[in-house]
Amino acid sequence: MDFLTLLQILDSSLRLATPLLFACLAGLFSERAGIFDIGLEGKMLAAAFLSAAIAAVYGSVWLGLFAGLMASLSLSALHGVASITFRGNQLISGVAINFLASGMTVLVAQSWFSQGGRTPPLQGSGRFQEITLPFADALSDVPIIGQFYAEVISGHSALVYIALLAVPLSWYVLFRTRFGLRLRAVGENPAAVDTAGVSVIALRFAAVGICGVLCGMGGVYLSTGLDAGFGREMTAGRGFIALAALIFAKWRPWHALYATLLFGFLQAIALRPDVIEALLGFKVQVQLLKALPYILTVVILAGFVGKAIPPRAGGEPYVKER
Amino acid sequence: MTAPAIELKGISKAFGPVQANKDISIRVMPGTIHGIIGENGAGKSTLMSILYGFYKADSGEIYISGKKTAIPDSQAAIAAGIGMVFQHFKLVENFTVLENVILGAEDGARLGPSLSKARKELTQLAKEYELNVDPDALIENIGVGMQQRVEILKALYRQADILILDEPTGVLTPAEADHLFRILEGLKAQGKTIILITHKLREIMEVTDTVSVMRRGQMTATVKTSETSPQELAELMVGRKVLLRVDKKPAQPGNKVLEVENLEVVDEKGVKRLKGIDLNVRAGEILGIAGVAGNGQSELLEVLGGTQTATGTVRVNGQEIDLTGALSDARSRRARGIAHVPEDRQREGLIMDFKAWENVAFGYHHEEEFNAGLLMDQAAIKEDAVGKFKRFDVRPDNPMLEAKSFSGGNQQKIVLAREIERNPELLLIGQPTRGVDIGAIEFIHQRIVELRDAGKAILLVSVELEEILSLADRIAVIFDGQMMGERLPTETDEKELGLLMAGMTGQEREAS
Repeated sequence: MDFLTLLQILDSSLRLATPLLFACLAGLFSERAGIFDIGLEGKMLAAAFLSAAIAAVYGSVWLGLFAGLMASLSLSALHGVASITFRGNQLISGVAINFLASGMTVLVAQSWFSQGGRTPPLQGSGRFQEITLPFADALSDVPIIGQFYAEVISGHSALVYIALLAVPLSWYVLFRTRFGLRLRAVGENPAAVDTAGVSVIALRFAAVGICGVLCGMGGVYLSTGLDAGFGREMTAGRGFIALAALIFAKWRPWHALYATLLFGFLQAIALRPDVIEALLGFKVQVQLLKALPYILTVVILAGFVGKAIPPRAGGEPYVKER
Repeated sequence: MTAPAIELKGISKAFGPVQANKDISIRVMPGTIHGIIGENGAGKSTLMSILYGFYKADSGEIYISGKKTAIPDSQAAIAAGIGMVFQHFKLVENFTVLENVILGAEDGARLGPSLSKARKELTQLAKEYELNVDPDALIENIGVGMQQRVEILKALYRQADILILDEPTGVLTPAEADHLFRILEGLKAQGKTIILITHKLREIMEVTDTVSVMRRGQMTATVKTSETSPQELAELMVGRKVLLRVDKKPAQPGNKVLEVENLEVVDEKGVKRLKGIDLNVRAGEILGIAGVAGNGQSELLEVLGGTQTATGTVRVNGQEIDLTGALSDARSRRARGIAHVPEDRQREGLIMDFKAWENVAFGYHHEEEFNAGLLMDQAAIKEDAVGKFKRFDVRPDNPMLEAKSFSGGNQQKIVLAREIERNPELLLIGQPTRGVDIGAIEFIHQRIVELRDAGKAILLVSVELEEILSLADRIAVIFDGQMMGERLPTETDEKELGLLMAGMTGQEREAS
């Protein structure tokens, strides 16, 4: 395998890791505040659909982005009302959101576009354009570092860079601000927050809202950046992979980046069976390669990565006690 | 004349048909320690929750330093200068002391400045009031006494002038409790007002200036501590004469029923919870295990009761019992004549959502008398339950109710009735009167002594030293999974036991 092929695979890893990273950070905010969210998948799917639909009709990806965020946020609000206001079971609410998104997207897509549950392919301003970072062309001749910069770092859509910036930003917000301290506290011991005179409900809704925005970006990137249009079930379990990555990362932002890059890498090599064959000397079934991220998910969930302690109040609705 | 720090006028609060607080009025003068004493369910906690903004009173007024104040939420209570130290601490376990102290009282959006300011203030407070804690320690790594100091620091950091402590000594060793009282005296000297809620008469007598007694939602009396006695307070709490000491004859110990040798338990984290326990209990005697919660007494009960595996030797009536294999479960233990009243009756003793009559049969449900062919004989179980309810004076006298609808004392009576009436050779009993009213305590103690006098062996585990001292015929102290020694209740006192419970042996005691 030559260096250029490696760069191509890394470049594709980064693209494929982006929706996972968004979803993983989304889950991180929600779960750190004590709200488990297995509806990441559904929220991404809804955002992917609505953004592609609006972008296809109006020809503007920015309108699409807005619509996608709204779709994801409204499902977040549903989850919040069910699990915070009415203290319902968070897992069941999440499952319901996944089913809702899975059914509604195809239904509405068919009724609007009559293309078998897809949106029309997006072109031009209907998609996120690739951004060439400064000096990328100039540096592309510098061996290794320059090539890496030009091939892997440069040339992605805005959402990829937003996702990467969201990592240090999330870390800062969670660990260096008042809001972050309270948010982490509410996921560990909401009674401590409540008796300190801070609203548990407001904090949890804020966390669920942030989760909705990040999830929405992940979904929008899927249909308008990575792909060009919405297709049935296009999230393909990414919401669940993101949850596994979250456990792998032990609910820490930087580790979330590393974990999702690993998953992105596994997805990327599944696209290049030729490289694998050249590397190993024998042919590996494409199906097996494609299953790798899911296999890793199972391995992580089975606890082979060491003890991961979730936020202590996670999954428990807060009820004031006497 | 100075205005009272807190004055409540005619506070009433009802939960549905239950009148938790009925027309309560008290005045607490600034710079005093005021005790509030009463049985469980007397309404103490409700009253304090109203003061801290958790509940809104149905009627009545609150005056803080002479000014009428509305307290709709905790924020308002904090603003009015009220700080609360709850019985169950409200701390974030994996945060540092410093982070817990500033939580909710940060100075700005960024944490940095708040943390450094709090660090300075904490050093200051530590000097003033003997409140030494390491600001960077994680809560989960410090002891309960220290955690309680963090709760007090939290209140002081928020400029509280009135400090309410709810059952503060429940989790402390006697030495830690004494330290706490010194802190409270120091705060009082600085002009802070302290309200101490407790059901322990000794504490009331020791530290308070005035004391109010609550019974069934009403304030029955407020007296100067120097002008009352424990006996009088107990009568005011219960509404009738009570025996504070258990009335019992000297024990007539017989054969060794339980012999434990070199018992060791390792928990799932690989930590040794029991480090070679040796003990024995004879027929017709009560062995009391004293110790601060979490030093291995729970594991000891679990091993003997059959819910935890262990290594070592345990013999019952001379025959060894299985500690790891197929016969190490609770059912096999029962078959060997071991009955177990677990420490946590709500989680281990009962199924709260099941009916009381079903609970009465649990553990013995497979026995012939409760079964008719393939099906359970519900009529027989219910009849049995009715009898047990009568003999153990369970109120309300209706086994068709769910277990959770009984008070703590009556729940305990249900468990006791189930276990004692099986006429066991050995009764294991953990925290028999935790959360139980004085009236019911008297009844439960009498039943335990009766069982002893019937020639049965009893292993009693309790964190209440008073209970151990009055009930046990021999006392063994456990600390950090080891036995610190045995004492006779007639030849020891709370002070000596307290030092043993803190892990101090003879030589160290000289130094301390």
